[in-house]
Amino acid sequence: MIARLSIGHRLTVLLAGVAALLSLLSWWMVSELARQAAARSQDNVLAASATTIAETIRSEQGEVRLELPYSALSMLGAISEDRVFYKVVAGERVLTGYDDLPVPTDAATGARVAFETGQYSGEAIRMASVRRTVLAGAGPVPVVVTVAQTLSGVDAVSGQLSRLAAALSLAFFLVAVGLSVFAARASLRPLNAFAQAVSRRGPSDLRPLRRDAPPELAPLRGALNRLMDRLGQSIRRSEDFIAEAAHRVRTPLATVRAQAEIALRSAESEESRQRLRRIIRAVDESSRSAGQLLDHATVAYRAEDLARDRIDLGELVAQAAAALEPTATMKDIAFHIATSQARVVGDAVLLESALGNVLDNAVKYSPDETTVHIAVSAEEGVARITVTDEGPGLGEGPIETLTERFRRGGNTEGVVGSGLGLTIAADVLAAHGGRLDLRNAAEGGGACVTLVLPAD
Amino acid sequence: MRDARLAGGLRLGLRLGLRLGLGLCVGLWATLAAALEVENRKVYPGTTDRTLSIVSTADLEVFEPYIQRFQQSHPELTVDYTVASSVELYRAIRDGAAFDLAISSAMDLQLKLANDGLAQSHRSDRTDALPDWARWRDLIFAFTAEPAVVVMSSRALDGAPPPATRQELITLLRDNPERFRNAIGTYDVRDSGLGYLFATQEARSTDAYWRLSEIMGRLSPELYCCSGQMVDAVISGRLSLAYNVLGSYAAQRMAQEDRRDIEIVQMQDFANLMLRTAIIPATATQTTAAGALIDMLLELGLRETPGDWPLPPLSQGTSDFGPIRLGPALMVYLDPFNRRAFLAEWENALVQDIVIEP
Repeated sequence: MIARLSIGHRLTVLLAGVAALLSLLSWWMVSELARQAAARSQDNVLAASATTIAETIRSEQGEVRLELPYSALSMLGAISEDRVFYKVVAGERVLTGYDDLPVPTDAATGARVAFETGQYSGEAIRMASVRRTVLAGAGPVPVVVTVAQTLSGVDAVSGQLSRLAAALSLAFFLVAVGLSVFAARASLRPLNAFAQAVSRRGPSDLRPLRRDAPPELAPLRGALNRLMDRLGQSIRRSEDFIAEAAHRVRTPLATVRAQAEIALRSAESEESRQRLRRIIRAVDESSRSAGQLLDHATVAYRAEDLARDRIDLGELVAQAAAALEPTATMKDIAFHIATSQARVVGDAVLLESALGNVLDNAVKYSPDETTVHIAVSAEEGVARITVTDEGPGLGEGPIETLTERFRRGGNTEGVVGSGLGLTIAADVLAAHGGRLDLRNAAEGGGACVTLVLPAD
Repeated sequence: MRDARLAGGLRLGLRLGLRLGLGLCVGLWATLAAALEVENRKVYPGTTDRTLSIVSTADLEVFEPYIQRFQQSHPELTVDYTVASSVELYRAIRDGAAFDLAISSAMDLQLKLANDGLAQSHRSDRTDALPDWARWRDLIFAFTAEPAVVVMSSRALDGAPPPATRQELITLLRDNPERFRNAIGTYDVRDSGLGYLFATQEARSTDAYWRLSEIMGRLSPELYCCSGQMVDAVISGRLSLAYNVLGSYAAQRMAQEDRRDIEIVQMQDFANLMLRTAIIPATATQTTAAGALIDMLLELGLRETPGDWPLPPLSQGTSDFGPIRLGPALMVYLDPFNRRAFLAEWENALVQDIVIEP
């Protein structure tokens, strides 16, 4: 569950969680401090009040006397509307005040001023006691003055500050959440940039990544580069293998074909000749397929390190047409070539192979005694070679898939083919930054294949 | 306005108690009567038996309009109104007498009741509208602000302008002892809760108080329990000067009598401003009704113009010296040590050859 959560969300949630914790902590701390400060100021006033009373204590004719100063209680009334209680005890005798008011336990023994929280008259109270010894009658008499106040004032002040602290903590938390989102995005930016750099690459681009990355991403970059390196090697090995295999198959096939032709010439019965012709056709197809496999391997191999020749497309077309002339003549197919000036920069071998495959397809699928139109054009930085035939067209199926390996059109029954021709052409064009456009010719069917290349 | 009456009480309570003792509800009333010296009592019947019992220092005739107004909006409530002195009222609530509302002019005693947990809290929009100085802890609410004044007959002034400060009053008394001998009236602070409150607050606020008391003491003053009697004595010509009289009451009486030869003087150097306060005692049972009555009193207390009501609104509380502050400091002079010391000093000053009236 958490493993599937986005890193951005995790970071945001974690940072927000930390912020929430800190907010709560700060709220609690401020509340606690406010409560203590309020309690302490109440303690101070209580102590001052008790001290003021204690200072009026005197001995008159052997009796302990005192006077409750107005300020003693008015200072308590000034800080809050709390109830006030007091009690003065001399020795064991309550001199004045609330008889049953509790007294801090260490009032008689401990420090001069003692504080305690207690319960009186149904409410929590804070007591402060001041001890003083007065010489009265036979000897010294300890006098303890206790002043007490209820806690609603302290509660009100600390409650108010606590609410204020809560509001501030909440604001702090909200700001922190905003910053967490920002921080999560900022720290993920290099990762996203890295991912984009990888995903922007072409399908066969296996060059190592050279991009600068934060140290945390360096292992990932290294692993990716090693993976791509291994992948590239493995692809190359299999291409080599295919090329080697195709090459090895082609040579014996040529021998088989030569032998079959000799046998055809010396064959006497028509039945034998028929058989031998079928053998020769099959051998031709196998040899063609092997050639295409070899082409394909060449494309894959050379695309990685493209030669950059200046090529005149008119010449290219002329050569390709010339190469297919014998096959075309066998079917009485004429080439109609319309060229205009168009130059590209690229790998002549690959482009020749691409065009050859497209023309080969056109010848293969054209009925006898038809014309294949080849047009070369260049405009707006784009060079085009358009090959139009009068054959059955590209069929009903999805046209884009025809450039996939070993994929053949839906109307190719009766025609032998490997399904590699368009794949090779498309790969070559892609390697040159161009593309292969496939469509059915407008009138009367026929395929229209366009090789699109960036012009020189 | 009988604010305190310990010595001169009519002991109506005992009489009522005896009378009712013949009836069926002997027990309760007898104990109540024993706890409280009742000066006056009246029941204002409502449509039901639900009774709101009030104990107050305000006289019947003063408070009756308020009760009538209250019963207009709460006709179902029977109101049982008992008049007692502030000290008696304090003692009764302290001893747990069952009243739903206690209204007194002795702020210190009321505050002590509230402080000692003998009052219930009440909160409403009306109490929230009160200024801070007119309430304490949602327990005690002021609904009038009544200044202490000096009432003098013009005859005693003999054409001179009335004294504006205590110093001028001292000079007047010192220079004309013959006019004021046996003709000064003031509170007997030993019996009157309000008198004691006025005296202690004044002694705290101005040192002229003791000098004035000394002078008055030499002129054999008459000591009263209540403002009303002092004002009546000035009107009847028995007194030339009544010191520390409730201004509201004096003004009302002057208006009734239409006496232009009597001056009501407010001292400029310091003047006490008493707040009449209400609390809901802890023993109250009709707390909702008591709260409603408090709200009505506060509504009247917050009115802008005096109007026809017998008691003045709170708006006077914002005058020069401000009201006596509601707070625990009021309890200072209730401490037995302080009280003993203060009364001793007061007696030294004022009771030089004592005449107590009536």
